[in-house]
Amino acid sequence: MNRDIVVIGGGPAGLAAAIAAYDAGCKNVLVVERESEAGGVLKQCIHSGFGLTRFGENLTGPEYAHRFLAEAEKRGIEILKNTFVTGLSAQKEVTCMNESGIFRIRAKAVILAMGCRERSKGALNIAGTRPAGLLSAGTAQKYVNIKGLLPGKRVVILGSGDIGLIMARRLTLEGAKVLCVCEIMPHSSGLRRNIAQCLDDFGIPLYLSHTIVEIEGDTRASGVTVAAVDENKNPVPGTEKHFDCDTVLFSVGLIPENELTKRAGLRLDGRTKGAFVDGDRETQIEGIFACGNVLHVHDLVDFVSEEAEIAGRAAAAYVRGGEKQKELIPAECGENVSYILPQSVNKKESGAQKLFFRVKRALKNAVIEAETGAGTKVFRRIAVAPGEMENIVLSAEELVNAQKVKISVRGEQR
Amino acid sequence: MRELICIECPRGCRLLAEKTENGVNVTGNFCPKGKAYAQAELTEPRRVLTSTVRAKDCMVPVKTDRPVKKELIFALMQKIRGAKLLKNAEIGDIIIENIDGEGTNLVAAAPYTAEK
Ligand SMILES: Cc1cc2nc3c(=O)[nH]c(=O)nc-3n(C[C@H](O)[C@H](O)[C@H](O)COP(=O)(O)OP(=O)(O)OC[C@H]3O[C@@H](n4cnc5c(N)ncnc54)[C@H](O)[C@@H]3O)c2cc1C
Ligand code: SF4
Repeated sequence: MNRDIVVIGGGPAGLAAAIAAYDAGCKNVLVVERESEAGGVLKQCIHSGFGLTRFGENLTGPEYAHRFLAEAEKRGIEILKNTFVTGLSAQKEVTCMNESGIFRIRAKAVILAMGCRERSKGALNIAGTRPAGLLSAGTAQKYVNIKGLLPGKRVVILGSGDIGLIMARRLTLEGAKVLCVCEIMPHSSGLRRNIAQCLDDFGIPLYLSHTIVEIEGDTRASGVTVAAVDENKNPVPGTEKHFDCDTVLFSVGLIPENELTKRAGLRLDGRTKGAFVDGDRETQIEGIFACGNVLHVHDLVDFVSEEAEIAGRAAAAYVRGGEKQKELIPAECGENVSYILPQSVNKKESGAQKLFFRVKRALKNAVIEAETGAGTKVFRRIAVAPGEMENIVLSAEELVNAQKVKISVRGEQR
Repeated sequence: MRELICIECPRGCRLLAEKTENGVNVTGNFCPKGKAYAQAELTEPRRVLTSTVRAKDCMVPVKTDRPVKKELIFALMQKIRGAKLLKNAEIGDIIIENIDGEGTNLVAAAPYTAEK
């Protein structure tokens, strides 16, 4: 089989990329999705809070996904479901597996949109047995929202990531008792609004600088011991608290799903855990693009869609006219910046370019400096935080003589 | 004086709200939605409720089509758990009419096809 563009993954990123490529004139697009329905992880995110930036409306995850599914359907974009992509070569040969067997698709361009998975760490270095009743917050979300099953009645959550917070509320609404959320860091990794509406609304305590030191239970979890930690994250003796519980949820972060990316021979950026890309979201292999959570973990799906559209349009342009003339300059992380995406910028681009980045520490009255070697541009923000992706826009004129874009952020302690 | 976190958007502004003779005084809000939120929190807090209803072979996501009184949430969850979806539904179709006695409807948040 031959295709102009193959999109791997039918989540919000894959769908938006396919639609954008189609609208840019490349009609021969195929989306390959391993599950029986497209829509990605949004299918199980039944809470609201999606689409405020994109649509100016407060949508649930499924509603957001269906906006894109409807657009894809309108265009007749083919989505090959129940099909697992098992291989990808640098020559853009995509190996697929489904009920009818194993087959290969030759693509002129490939868009990686495999999303992310949950980290399972955290669970590893806790003392005690490994009884049933320990699961990731995302798995619990799937049980409750897709299968209609309650994973347990008395629950302790480790990690204050947003999915864990959302699940604290969801399980409470479904009749479970959520005893507490423990976060090893002195600050929550989830959004403040989720602490307010998912924990405070239901009187669920959040213990910062606390972790689970022991899990008890033979066949099924029966309790946990929680303790405070010092600055080096070591448990402080004498601070232990015990909770009787039958379920422990882990919400300790997400990590891009990059097996296929590596298979194609692409190196991963240690900071984003995704491929290196330029402003077009083109990877270091010509004609292979990436977008969404496979590239870096986004907090807001609205930005996933925006990024996917960039990749989709660029892939269509590549199919039409081949690799464009690029003169890439690096994006460098300065003070208090943990990563920048894209990692390089084409200074010959005719339009303005947006650079996304995350800060290392929460600051207020922040001053963002973008140093290009040809000048420095200053941006200001009332507040910045690691959990909230920031972005700046540089115009074509500001980039034309640049040698790099170095972003630094300074400000007052928040 | 009450400290609140605005939940209307991901920015999560820290609000200070105080009841006065002529309404609620709000500071810290970046936009007008924060003011409205704080006013509601101090007088009659409301939330949009999302959940799922059981259909023949799967769960179907649902939501209230406007915020409901916070104190009613558990009672509404009882009704939602008792409901069963037997016919096809499009996004926005009413699943339980007037669920809170104030005219709020529970609506489908994803399409459902009974016979696949
Ligand atoms: C459990 C969980 C809960 C989340 N909750 C929220 C939330 O509440 N709010 C929020 O804003 N964000 C949430 N996120 C982040 C969310 O993932 C993103 O907002 C958004 O869904 C990312 O879109 P995506 O298309 O990049 O990835 P995904 O939605 O993950 O889509 C990736 C798709 O690729 C498919 N796929 C992967 N590998 C292959 C393969 N080899 N072959 C074929 N298909 C493949 C997957 O089946 C999936 O459909 C959550 C993430 C997770 C993991
Ligand atoms: S006040 Fe406005 S900007 Fe601030 S969190 Fe509320 S809605 Fe968002």
